[in-house]
Amino acid sequence: MNFDVIVIGAGPGGYVAAIRAAQLKMRVAVVERQHLGGICLNWGCIPTKALLRSAEVYRTMSNAKSYGLQCTKGFDIKAIIKRSRTISSSLNKGISHLLKKNNVTIFEGAASLSDTAGDVKRVFVEDKNKKKSVITAKNIIVATGARARILPGLEPDGTHVWSYREALSVDRLPDSLIVLGSGAIGVEFASFFSAFGCKVTIIEKQGTILPHEDGEISALAHKSFKRQGIHIITGSGIKSFKRETKRIEVTLDSGERHGANCLLLAVGIRGNVEGFGLENTSVKVHNTHIETDGFCETDARGIYAIGDVAGPPWLAHKAEHEAVICVEHIAGNQQGKPLNTKNIASCTYCHPQIASIGLTEAQAVKVGRKIRVGRFPFMANGKALALGEREGLLKTIFDANTGEILGAHMIGAEVTELIAQFSIARTLEATEQEIMHTVFPHPTLSEMTYESVLDAFGRAIHI
Amino acid sequence: MAVTILMPALSPTMKEGKLSRWLVKDGDSIEPGQVIAEIETDKATMEVEAVEEGVVAAILVPADTDNVKIQTPIAILATEGESLKDVRDKSRATPENKEPPAPSSNVAEDSAVTDSGGEEQSLDHSPPLAPIPRSNKNTSRARESGAKERSATEEGVLPSRIFASPLARRLAAPHSLDLSVIKGSGPRGRVVKVDVERVLQVKSQVKTLSTSTASIDAVDKKIPYRPTPFEPAFESVAITSMRRVVADRLTLSKQTIPHFYLSVDVDLDRSLSARKYLNARSDDAYKISVNDMVLRAVAVALRQVPEANVAWSESAIKVYKTVDIAVAVAIKSGLITPIIRDADHKSLIEISNEMKHLIAKARSGKLTLQDYQGGTVSVSNLGMFGIKQFNAIINPPQACLFAVGAGVDTPVVKKGKVTTATVMQVTLCADHRVIDGAVAAQLVSSVKNILEEPIALTV
Repeated sequence: MNFDVIVIGAGPGGYVAAIRAAQLKMRVAVVERQHLGGICLNWGCIPTKALLRSAEVYRTMSNAKSYGLQCTKGFDIKAIIKRSRTISSSLNKGISHLLKKNNVTIFEGAASLSDTAGDVKRVFVEDKNKKKSVITAKNIIVATGARARILPGLEPDGTHVWSYREALSVDRLPDSLIVLGSGAIGVEFASFFSAFGCKVTIIEKQGTILPHEDGEISALAHKSFKRQGIHIITGSGIKSFKRETKRIEVTLDSGERHGANCLLLAVGIRGNVEGFGLENTSVKVHNTHIETDGFCETDARGIYAIGDVAGPPWLAHKAEHEAVICVEHIAGNQQGKPLNTKNIASCTYCHPQIASIGLTEAQAVKVGRKIRVGRFPFMANGKALALGEREGLLKTIFDANTGEILGAHMIGAEVTELIAQFSIARTLEATEQEIMHTVFPHPTLSEMTYESVLDAFGRAIHI
Repeated sequence: MAVTILMPALSPTMKEGKLSRWLVKDGDSIEPGQVIAEIETDKATMEVEAVEEGVVAAILVPADTDNVKIQTPIAILATEGESLKDVRDKSRATPENKEPPAPSSNVAEDSAVTDSGGEEQSLDHSPPLAPIPRSNKNTSRARESGAKERSATEEGVLPSRIFASPLARRLAAPHSLDLSVIKGSGPRGRVVKVDVERVLQVKSQVKTLSTSTASIDAVDKKIPYRPTPFEPAFESVAITSMRRVVADRLTLSKQTIPHFYLSVDVDLDRSLSARKYLNARSDDAYKISVNDMVLRAVAVALRQVPEANVAWSESAIKVYKTVDIAVAVAIKSGLITPIIRDADHKSLIEISNEMKHLIAKARSGKLTLQDYQGGTVSVSNLGMFGIKQFNAIINPPQACLFAVGAGVDTPVVKKGKVTTATVMQVTLCADHRVIDGAVAAQLVSSVKNILEEPIALTV
C-alpha cells in the first residue's frame, strides 16, 4: 500500500501529525506497536494527573476541619489505580476514533525501515501474529518517543525497583520509597506516594531539586516538600546499592546509607532509536536522540523526527507542535516557522504545583540582561485564601529596557493553568504595558499575574 | 476625573514648540472650543482649543516656554464635581502625571498621509484629550467627532494601520525606525521583534560604512539608495519640520497626481497700463503688483469655469463653493502658501492689500493655521527671478496650480505687423483625474483673456 506519509508511533506527536496530514488531504498511515496515544496518554501525563488528583482530594479531606467540614478519611490504592487506568483507556479509544474519523490507516505492529534512500520509502510492519506487510510512502515521520533511562544493575523488577511504568500500576502502597532524581517525574511520584503516608526520600545528584526551575521556586518547593514529610538529599549520587528480600538499600557518595521498600528510577529518559532499522539510513543519532533541522527533517531526505525521540524538551505539547510544523512543511507551506523551544511552558503537578516559561532569573542575568523582577505571594490573593491555598508565589522577569517578558515562574495551586497567560503574552510579544492595561477578573488566581507584573515596576497594589 | 491637557502636535512632524501665551488662568471655567493657549512653531503661531469642559486646576507649563515636547502635560482641568484643591494635590503628588504617557511610538506612521482639507492637524497620535489646534471651519467638525476621528476618515481616506507587536514597537522607538517600511515576518505580515532586530543590525552595519545620517535614513525608506564608500565629504544639516512637510507633500503629489501642463502667452501691455493708471491714483492706499492682477484674474476665471475649481478624493470629487487662492511665498526657512479666501468676491485692491499683509505675516512667522491651510487653487510666481516659464508641482489636494513667469519684451505680430509687447507665460499645472484638457484650456485661456482685457478684472 502506498501513502503520502507514514508515521511511526501514535503518541501525542505521531497521532497529531497523522491527523494534521489527513486534514491537508494526504494519505496517511500510522504504525503503532502498543498503545494509541503513546506514553503520555497511557503511562505518562494523563494517568499520573489522575493519581495526583486523588492525592489532592485526599489531602483536602485531611484538611476538612479547616473548611468547617467533617469526614472520615480513608483510601483504597487499588481503586485509585483503577480510576487512573480507566481514564487512560477511555482517552485511548478517543484517539482511535479521531484517527478513523480522519481516514488515517492504522497498522498495529512494529515498523522497520527498509530501503529508504529513494523517493519511495519502504516500511515493513510486523503485527503481533508475526504477519508481515509492506507499506510505502514518500515521507516518513519517526515519532517513536522515549523511555526511562535505566541505571545498570537497577533494572526495574516490578517489586522493588520501579520505573514510572511500575509506579503507575502498584497494587499496594509501600511503607517507604526512594525516588532517584528530582525532575518532574520524580517529584510528582514523590508527592503522590507521600500524600498517602508513604515515607519518601528524594535523592538528587545536582545541588537543588527541580534543577531546571528558577532557584527561588525550587527552594520554595524544597521547603514545602520537607514540611510535608518528604526527606530530600541533594548534591549526592549513589555509589552502590543492594537488593534485599523486601528492601533495597543505596549507599550515597558520602557513604551514608538509605533503605526503603521500593526505589523509583526517575533519572531522565532515552530516545527510542533502536529496533526499527534507523541504523540502515543516513539519519544522525546523538545521545540516543535523532538530529533534525528546524522543520524536523533528518539528514536523510524525506525522513523526519518529532517529539521525545528528536530531543528536549521532552514534553507532549512540544511533540504536538512539532507534528504540525513538520507536516505543514511536508505539505509545502512556505510560511512555516521553526519551533521556538524557548517559548514552551513546563508544568509539574506535584503539590504545590510548579509552572514556568522562559529564562530563570539566574539565566537572564547570565545572558547580560538588565532585569526587573516582580513577585506576588498567594497569601495576598483573595481567591487563594478562599480556596484554602495560602502557599505559593508568582514571579515575573522583565527586560528593564524594553519591557520584554523574559520569564515567568510559579509555584502554588493551579499554576499549571495560569502559565499559559504568559505563553500567549510572549507569543504576541506583549510588554509589561499590555499586561498592565489588561483587566483581570476578580476574584481569581490570575490577578496574581497582574500584581506580579505591577510589582516588577514598583506599582503592586496589594502588597 | 481630572483631565490632563497635553502639548498638541500641530503638524505630523512637530516634535516640540514654544508655548507662547496662556489665554486662561487658574480657576477659569473653560468650554470645548474655547481658545486656551497659543503655540509657536518654526512655521506659525497657532491657537489651541479645549476639548473638554472644566475648570483650570493647574497650569503646568508657564507661558513663554520654549521647546515644549509634544504630549507633555501642560495643564490640568478639574471636571464637574471635583474640587480644584484635590486635583491640584493629586497632580503634585503623583509624579507620573508629569511624565509623558506611555510611549506612543511610531506616531508619524500612524497618522494619515493624505488629508482632506490640506490641513496638517489630522493627527492620529493626539490622545483623545489633547487640545485641537484651531484652523479653519473644518475644525469644528473634527471637534464634534472627537479628536480621535479625523476628518480624513470622513472623506474615506483611511490611514493604513501598522501591525506590529508591542515589543517590536518598543524596540523601534528609541531608533525612530519607520515600522511601515519594515517587512513583518509575523502572522499576516505583523512586524515582530526579530524584524526590528534585523533592521537595527543592518543599520549598525551601514553606520560603520558611512557617517552620513542621510544615507542611514535611506535604508529605512523604500527607495533603495545604497550608501557608497565613494560618496564625497559633506555636512549633515538637520531637516526642519517645514522642510519635512514640503518634502512629504510634494513627493506625494508628484507620485500620485497625474500632472499635465498647458502654457499660454499673455500680452501684458494693457494690464501694465491699467496698473500704472491705478497706482498713480492710489494716494498710497494701495500698490498693485502684476501678481495681484494675476490673482484677481485667476479668481474671475475660476468663476467662469467652476468645473475646474475642484479636488480629487478617493470617495468623491469635491466641487468647491468658494475660490480660495493659495499663493506660494518664499520665506527664510522654506515655502509657505497663505490664502486669499473668497478671492472672486474681493476687488483687485482688496486682494492686493490682503496679500501684502499675508506676506508680512509669513516672513515674520506669524501665520496661523487658518491663514495657510485650505485653498482651492494655487499660484506660484517666479517672474521676479526672470524665469520665463516653468512647470510646478500641484499642492495637494488641490487640482490646479498656475505657474507664472516674467513679463518679457518680445517681438509679436499684431495686425500683420511685427511689433513688441510685454509677454508673460502662464502655465496651468492640472490634475488629470478631475480636470480634462479642454476644461483646463478653457481656464487658462480665461486667465489670458482677462489679463489682456483688464476691464474684466473689475467684474
